[in-house]
Amino acid sequence: MAMEFPVIAKLLEGRFPEAVKGAVTDKGDPWIEAAADSVPEVLEFLKEEEGLKFDLLLMVTGVDRPDAEGGGSIEVVYHLLSTTEGHELVLKAVLPRENPVCPSAVPIYPAALWHERETFDLLGVEFTGHPDLRRILCPEDWVGHPLRKDYEYPEEYGGISAK
Amino acid sequence: MGPQNLPVQPAAPGVLLTTLDEALDWARRGSIWPMTFGLACCAIEMMCAGAPHFDLDRYGAGAFRPSPRQADLMIVAGTVTFKMAPVIKRLYEQVPDPKWVIAMGACACRGGPYYRHGYHVVKGVDRIVPVDVYLPGCPPRPEALLDAVMALQAKMDRMKTFSAGKPGPAGEPAGAGKEKEA
Repeated sequence: MAMEFPVIAKLLEGRFPEAVKGAVTDKGDPWIEAAADSVPEVLEFLKEEEGLKFDLLLMVTGVDRPDAEGGGSIEVVYHLLSTTEGHELVLKAVLPRENPVCPSAVPIYPAALWHERETFDLLGVEFTGHPDLRRILCPEDWVGHPLRKDYEYPEEYGGISAK
Repeated sequence: MGPQNLPVQPAAPGVLLTTLDEALDWARRGSIWPMTFGLACCAIEMMCAGAPHFDLDRYGAGAFRPSPRQADLMIVAGTVTFKMAPVIKRLYEQVPDPKWVIAMGACACRGGPYYRHGYHVVKGVDRIVPVDVYLPGCPPRPEALLDAVMALQAKMDRMKTFSAGKPGPAGEPAGAGKEKEA
């Protein structure tokens, strides 16, 4: 049976009092913020727990927030769906912009492999424990991470002017 | 375009006389073999142009070849990214002379919607290969591609491989597919 967001949030806060930093409900889709280190265990719990059963990772993506407090942050966003229970959840991990490192979700959800490569390619998030962390969209010798807000466009690539 | 367009001199019964240039241009414009490849949404329109409703084959240009070595026309149909650029350049180089290029769509002409904010897009395929016909539109309709093919055929008709002036620098006949013309 589908669970409402507040129920799921309460369940998570009860189970991970340290790791889960709270739920945000006043901005569009509600989400739960978790400490980056705890992402694998939180995902594991969400996937396996009876009644939650988030068996499908819809996507992993990222947001660059250079103006966030503490020198800016990069958020990694996980969208989960339970095909058996019929509920959805958004989970976020907030990383420091200077050194965005996050444990990989690939051991739990193999679908995260390409998504994390894309987040690495475009935002520069390093996923520890990822089996194949290479660029996926840009050429392998590309410089910089294009979705960073302060990304500077290349003057040329491969001898072709980009201006 | 058909045999009736071949300028012939009446001669004895059963004999046609024309110049080698006329015959060559006529043969070339009537059997354009495009290379089979598409890069983005323009390719959908290109496929549509090749399908029965628009029937690119009416102009002798419907024999899409799966190998650049058998083709003489590249229809660059879509967005050329920096990642794809070296591949396109190599494919162009693998096409035997004489060869032609149609830049199909706004992206291939000038980068299109990615002109200002596309860090990953080559701002026009003419930065990597010479273009014979520019076909703007986003995407151009199949009729527009037919028009571009006819513009290319008009250009082929003017090649005059053997009589057009001096030979090129590499010993090639002048105007062998490399001429830049508006």
